[in-house]
Amino acid sequence: MKLSRVLIYLVLILFAIFYLTPVYVLLITSMKSFAEVDLKRMWNPPKTISFESFVKAWFGDSKKGLRGLSQNFLNSLYLVIPATIISALLGSMNGYVLTKWKFQGANIIFPLLLFGMFIPYQSILIPLVQVLQRMKLYSTIYGLIFVHVVYGIPITTLIFRNYYSTIPTELIEAAKIDGADFLGIYRRIVLPVSMPAFAVVMIWQFTSIWNDFLFGLVVAPNPSVQPVTVALNNLAGSYFVEWNIQMAGALITALPPLLVYIFLGKYFMRGLLSGSLSGV
Amino acid sequence: MQKDKILSFLFILPSLILVIIFVYIFIGWTGFISLTDWNDIFPSYNLVGFRNYLELFQNLRFQISMRNTLVFTTLFLLASLIIGFLLAIFLDQRIRGENLFRNIYLFPMAISFVVTGVVWRWILNPGTAGNPVGLNQLLDKIGLSFLKSGWYTDPKIGIKAVVIAAVWQMSGYVMAMYLAGIRSIPYELFEAAQVDGANLWQVYRYIVLPLLRPITLGAVIILGHISLKIFDLVVAMTGAGAGFSCDVPALFMYDTTFRGNHFAQGASIAIILLVMVGVLIVPYLRYSLRSEVKR
Repeated sequence: MKLSRVLIYLVLILFAIFYLTPVYVLLITSMKSFAEVDLKRMWNPPKTISFESFVKAWFGDSKKGLRGLSQNFLNSLYLVIPATIISALLGSMNGYVLTKWKFQGANIIFPLLLFGMFIPYQSILIPLVQVLQRMKLYSTIYGLIFVHVVYGIPITTLIFRNYYSTIPTELIEAAKIDGADFLGIYRRIVLPVSMPAFAVVMIWQFTSIWNDFLFGLVVAPNPSVQPVTVALNNLAGSYFVEWNIQMAGALITALPPLLVYIFLGKYFMRGLLSGSLSGV
Repeated sequence: MQKDKILSFLFILPSLILVIIFVYIFIGWTGFISLTDWNDIFPSYNLVGFRNYLELFQNLRFQISMRNTLVFTTLFLLASLIIGFLLAIFLDQRIRGENLFRNIYLFPMAISFVVTGVVWRWILNPGTAGNPVGLNQLLDKIGLSFLKSGWYTDPKIGIKAVVIAAVWQMSGYVMAMYLAGIRSIPYELFEAAQVDGANLWQVYRYIVLPLLRPITLGAVIILGHISLKIFDLVVAMTGAGAGFSCDVPALFMYDTTFRGNHFAQGASIAIILLVMVGVLIVPYLRYSLRSEVKR
């Protein structure tokens, strides 16, 4: 028994090392000064901590024609905040109707919406670009916000629907008898208890919109509009960019969702598990 | 009452219209484009039947990318499920620091595939024979030089190197699903089994694993559809690779359509991708929604 417990801890620790190794590489590589970058010692920690790489990754280097990530980081923020709020509101409205005001055909609407969550977006990209061009939204932040709102509808509806189905229907019925109408019930009964669901949905949307790459790549060909993930890929794709700048860029890009994970992990977990449909 | 009915419909209408247009009509439009001769910058909508599909099946890059997807999906699913289940069982043994371990295993899920790709491209960069870097250098240092390899630069390995990064990112997710499942099994069941003389291995093999079947199914579906659609990770880590050894259909579609301007050809790849994902997802959605009605 003693031996098997040692074995269990050993396996757990080995896997922890596996998951943490890329973090170690990210940290030590990005914190080395340019003088210290030496491929032969890439696994050694830096002798002195330097933030040169972060400065270069953030502001760029005009002499080398290197674009920094600062503009794109802000782009990501500008698009992720409104897109998250709007898609959460839509999800809440849909979830309310689908659980508490089932009309004829409501049972078909839910799977219809849900399917949109799984499609490979390649299958809608060509029409999407054509339509966004007509709407004058192509290669704009507004276009990206719009796209993320539309394709966020399935997951936000799913999470709110599962959450609202736990509100007892008797409560709604009683309110109806007391004369409350559709909007009154939503405002006074449903919304006040919705905060946990809003937290889960907004954290989920924040993370997945921040991490999106495909829409940013296709919908925003203009570098000044691109989100940070696309800019990071460009930065890392240019051969003249040193590894320590690439790692600093990667760390900058990963930081917002990591902070969310560290401080709001409980809600992140719940979104993760509802994304797996285990609640359906 | 009548007013409420109309209002409730108006609440859901915007989402419904958006999804019908941007998912279903767009898919229909992509399907239509795949039957046209629009293989140039300028749109052209002359119908050519299934010519784009026939050409696709003859295309070497398409064949390689389909084979790569199969290899990637199989290895990625197997490794993630096994590692996820193993870690969940081990973490369930009243481990000290369970929360810390769990958080370490799960944090990669929060990170963008692009970041994962950039870091793993660096780690799995083989360097040269005289000057190994990345993992190869580390293997030299700890005396495991025989494990050194060309990783993603070796056409024989190609996409299998990307599996390592994908497993790094997603296996913690499987662990979390299984752990939540194990924790929802009533404790009496474990006790009863142990009273009956079952050892730990038998408890997990004959009681826990069968009870977790819905979770295994869910994990296969979720990881499976992510894996068929994989794009970001491949772009950031390797690109199509030497001899397309890292290529996948999603990347082939992007290159064909938005770099090569072969829109009809790209649309046909997209439709095949959609069918592959649909075969996996549609039965699962029907099954999930039906068992929900029964409950």
